[in-house]
Amino acid sequence: MNIVEVDRLTKKYGDLTAVDQVSFSVHEGEIFGFLGPNGAGKTTTINVLTGLARPTSGTAKVSRFDCAVEIKKAQQIMGIVPDESNLYEEFDGFENLCFCAALYGMKKNEREKKAKDLLEQFGLAEAGKKPFRAYSRGMKRKLTIAAGIIHDPRILFLDEPTTGIDVASARQIRQMIQNLNRSGTTIFLTTHYIEEAERLCDRIAFIVGGKIVRVGPLDELMREVQQENVLQLAFAEGISNLKSSLQQEFPDVVVEVSGNQAIRLRSSRPLNLTPLMRFFEERNLPVYEARIMRPSLEEVFVKITGIELERMKQEKEGKGKQ
Amino acid sequence: MKSWIAFWNILLKDMRNYYLKPPNISWGLVFPVAWTLMFFLKSQTPVNVRELLPGVISLSILFGTTSVLAVTLTFERRSRSFERLLLAPLDLNFLMLAKTSGAILFGMVNAFVPVLFASLMTSLSGLQWIPMLGAIFLIAVTSTLLGLFIAVSVKEVFEAQTFSNFFRFPMIFLCGLFIPVQTLPLFLRPLSYILPLTYGADILKFSINQNGHLALSLNFVVLLGFATVLFALSIRNVKRKWIY
Ligand SMILES: Nc1ncnc2c1ncn2[C@@H]1O[C@H](COP(=O)(O)OP(=O)(O)OP(=O)(O)O)[C@@H](O)[C@H]1O
Ligand SMILES: [Mg+2]
Repeated sequence: MNIVEVDRLTKKYGDLTAVDQVSFSVHEGEIFGFLGPNGAGKTTTINVLTGLARPTSGTAKVSRFDCAVEIKKAQQIMGIVPDESNLYEEFDGFENLCFCAALYGMKKNEREKKAKDLLEQFGLAEAGKKPFRAYSRGMKRKLTIAAGIIHDPRILFLDEPTTGIDVASARQIRQMIQNLNRSGTTIFLTTHYIEEAERLCDRIAFIVGGKIVRVGPLDELMREVQQENVLQLAFAEGISNLKSSLQQEFPDVVVEVSGNQAIRLRSSRPLNLTPLMRFFEERNLPVYEARIMRPSLEEVFVKITGIELERMKQEKEGKGKQ
Repeated sequence: MKSWIAFWNILLKDMRNYYLKPPNISWGLVFPVAWTLMFFLKSQTPVNVRELLPGVISLSILFGTTSVLAVTLTFERRSRSFERLLLAPLDLNFLMLAKTSGAILFGMVNAFVPVLFASLMTSLSGLQWIPMLGAIFLIAVTSTLLGLFIAVSVKEVFEAQTFSNFFRFPMIFLCGLFIPVQTLPLFLRPLSYILPLTYGADILKFSINQNGHLALSLNFVVLLGFATVLFALSIRNVKRKWIY
């Protein structure tokens, strides 16, 4: 079932078209990634879906409610973590969480218990008594995420959750996203980190200049640039002398020796492993590792969007977001 | 029920974060105290204190509510924490009522500072408490909504201050607080009658000194009308400007 359905959505700010005829859907229970450079229209799309912005044309639906008409119903099931940590500076962590829970109508004992649990879970139990303004950037981000899930939303919108966060905290946040997804929450994630999308997402949309250039399951997108199958085999001893006999035995496979103890086999068709293994077994050569080499999502992105990834990254890092 | 939990917590949060914070308490109380001292100490006889009371009450409410609401709202917009409220599953009218209720209460508390001072200086016997409370409430509501209207029209905190002064100072002279409307030059009088404070002050004059010059029921109806129109206008602006 689709929990989000967006159909030819356009959002203009004056003359600027921030989102241009965008269509996609998010399946219930998946992690959906929205991947694109600065100014691509990621945040604008989230704003329309969550009710902070109105579409210029087209429709956006969450849980079958039209976001332009019945946004208040749709908001019941949404959790939203904005790109900036925007909790109340004067409140401490615990009070912030309790307040956010109250906005969704949770009762006092219920919200206090949940707030305590979440602080514990996010490693903020100590910091729970400090005012938000005294938090580090990573702590702010974690608390903002906790505030976004305190009412157990069915779908969580995360706008660049790991931008500007140190490696350890980012890893913790990704882990938490996965756990949350395993327990049934649909995740809508925007990011400009390709590795992050690759690690987390079931399906991905590439958005550039307000347009979705491609959307699909991760493996499908990968397959698109994967014109050939590459298999790498690792051995305990040198096998360079085997190259010619191997090539003779398997004429439609390109054999490359990579280092002394590994070979790469390239083929336009899927590789059949059984005869290969038999070949090595007959020669008494145990295969230690067999690995299918796949192109990275980065290659997919560059190929599909024609965008120089490095430039995009540099722009982003230079911006120094909160 | 769920919405009321949110309503109550928004009110409590605003109280704790703004209205009960020492700088804001003083900010809120400095005005009524200053007005009170300025006017009461100058007056010689106890009769004069009662004469001045309606005007001083009105001013205290006006200055308390307008500045406080406009400033807190622009502040929350700037820090983007206001987006949290817009993203919550709360009807926009209901949300704005929750945001304004704190300022309304604050204004009503401000109203009692001059009443307290006056009670120390003169007898307050024969006061008509019911219309007086009604007027205090409705002046607080209309002034708060004026503050809301200002908050929706500006971007920065200092603009909110400037813009509210633009409204407030003329009102001191135009609304019959200390200068009766009937003695104003003829061309200014229409201005008096398009300002809600004129009607609120008139009820206060009636309840404190039995000398209002408009019908009591008319005053109440007009004030309610102002409240409704200002609220509707503000909501329309919130929808147009804050949900981009
Ligand atoms: N409120 C607004 N008013 C005017 N223009 C806006 C507004 N919000 C966004 N834009 C413009 O719309 C375009 C898309 O912006 P958006 O914030 O959606 O991009 P993004 O993909 O989230 O980028 P980033 O990675 O920097 O967060 C940009 O050109 C931006 O300047
Ligand atoms: Mg963004």
